[in-house]
Amino acid sequence: MANRKYRLWPIWTALSALLLAGMSYAMLKGEDRTLFMPGPLTAGHHQLELACTACHSDPLGGGEVLQQACIDCHGEDRKKPFDSHPASKFKDPRNADRLENINALACVSCHTEHQPDITARNGLTQPADFCFHCHAEVGAERPSHKGMAFDTCKDSGCHNFHNNRALYTDFLIKHLDKPPVLETARVPQREFAAVLGELMDYPADRYPLRELTANDADAPADQATTAELRHDWLETAHARSGVNCSACHQPPDDSGQAAAWSDHPDQARACGQCHDLELRRFKRGKHGMRLAVDLPPMTPGEARLPMRSDAEHEQLLCTSCHGAHRFDVATAAVDACLGCHNDAHSLAYRDSPHFELWAQELAGELPQGSGVSCATCHMPRVDFDVNDWMSRIMVEHNQNASLSPNAKMLRPACLHCHGLAFSIDALADPGLIENNFAGAPAVQVESMELARRDHERALQETAELEAN
Amino acid sequence: MKHLRNTVLGLGVAASAIALTTAIAGTDAGSTPSISPKAMADALHLVMDSDRTIYTRKIVNRLVAKDKVITASEHFEDDKALVLPAQMFRFGSELVAKRAEDMPDVNFSYSLQSLWPVNKQNAPKTEAEKTGLKYVADNKGQNYYTEETLGGKKYFTAVYADVGVAPVCVSCHNEHKDSPRRDFKLGDVMGGVVIRIPLES
Repeated sequence: MANRKYRLWPIWTALSALLLAGMSYAMLKGEDRTLFMPGPLTAGHHQLELACTACHSDPLGGGEVLQQACIDCHGEDRKKPFDSHPASKFKDPRNADRLENINALACVSCHTEHQPDITARNGLTQPADFCFHCHAEVGAERPSHKGMAFDTCKDSGCHNFHNNRALYTDFLIKHLDKPPVLETARVPQREFAAVLGELMDYPADRYPLRELTANDADAPADQATTAELRHDWLETAHARSGVNCSACHQPPDDSGQAAAWSDHPDQARACGQCHDLELRRFKRGKHGMRLAVDLPPMTPGEARLPMRSDAEHEQLLCTSCHGAHRFDVATAAVDACLGCHNDAHSLAYRDSPHFELWAQELAGELPQGSGVSCATCHMPRVDFDVNDWMSRIMVEHNQNASLSPNAKMLRPACLHCHGLAFSIDALADPGLIENNFAGAPAVQVESMELARRDHERALQETAELEAN
Repeated sequence: MKHLRNTVLGLGVAASAIALTTAIAGTDAGSTPSISPKAMADALHLVMDSDRTIYTRKIVNRLVAKDKVITASEHFEDDKALVLPAQMFRFGSELVAKRAEDMPDVNFSYSLQSLWPVNKQNAPKTEAEKTGLKYVADNKGQNYYTEETLGGKKYFTAVYADVGVAPVCVSCHNEHKDSPRRDFKLGDVMGGVVIRIPLES
């Protein structure tokens, strides 16, 4: 009897060993390790599900490894324009008691991954009223806030934990009573060409600034260039700025040696020589983030948003939107987007007042900067700090930078053309967003009125003090 | 729009404080005399208070109130203005905290607080802060020293009076809409600097 009892043990042991070996192989060497994921990733990270090590870079590391992974990708965006809740604030011993409620030193305290059941917008995994822990007394400090529910702090037009200062009271007051559409409605112009001389890492030695002509084109004679390609190139800023065929088709390697001619050069290397900042920002957003962790480029077929079925297999690289040779930014700003995006907001764009302005600008009926393309709002022209001593107006190629919470779009996009109150209301109206802003906001956010009342109270108090 | 960024203004206090701390608190196994937490806090405060006075008088008060060539604003980036003296102090304190992370021998923190804070987050929080700020306001010229336990760790805590050293201190706090007290005079104790030094590692 005893023998029969143990007869299956060797088989069980062998099967277990086989399973363990198989799983170990899949874990250590396999390409697809989604089997080991404890739960689906958030909308912000789902593209990286094949790159576990992007966050779990050290299998033996603890929370500090994850924290570093967060900072590596998001650190820069936390600092700018202003970090209202910096780590330094919570490391001060006087705030030790606050950390007992929420450990604000670790990103995962509020943004836990792989937890879809408790994940709200922006990857938040704390209850919506988390501000209460530290700001329970706000009603006493700010009478205007008395009685407000703590799950409304983050509403559009009010507060944002990471950058509470974008809409501070004095800013609201400064923008009280502005009309829905400003008289000076214009977006700023890009200024790459104007500041080239001041950009230390622009390779001006390799590509001296001079206007090239058709005869200058240096593509090898055996390369099948067409008159159309040469014409496209001649029309670009590239030809006007000394950037010849070889600059992109034979980009220098790390030692500075020109590579062998390639019809399809490595774009990160070719474009990145001069447009490194744009490339870096591109890799921070949904379009390019897979490149930052050495995964194959993103394809619309892998997106969670509705995309056109005929674009499913397109790969997202620089030329996906900019095309090659022609590099037409007008195409990149609308047609490229609508070539893939297929949601209600995108599909409503061509019937919107914004598109009407864009069409008029392209037709030469309105001055430059009057039209509103997809990129005007989603890849806005921002005054970007190139280094510690200078900034330049450039296209923010990280389309996530101002996406969510959408009040982050106010300064880089809306306020160029619209009053603040109108803009806050518009961004708080989901129906208006869906029809791509065809019409007026149907909701009214209270923040401007709160600021107005606060301002009037202060004026009255000052007057009373002076009278005494 | 290219513009120079004056973001390094806060370095003065931070750099001097760190240099001084390492100079006076460095211990070389027996050969170098050690220094008491009180002496260290007093020395740190002397540097902080001197830099703070210079910034307030020779930069902010001179350029804003006397020469009237620039403003100082809490929203200095939007308003293209000088950072306020209180912000200058806080930015320095935050930079110290960050830089000290890589210096195991350097361990202290400091903040500017007040019984009448414009920013309510700068009101005293711990019992030591509350007692200390009241003590230095009531006993002009005297400091307050105590020990306290925060987050399970024991600290030497020193509180020093922060005095309105220039007309701009007084005018700004008396006119600010969020200021809970509007009758400050030049030379009044308007708040205090709290310095903490951990007593155990």
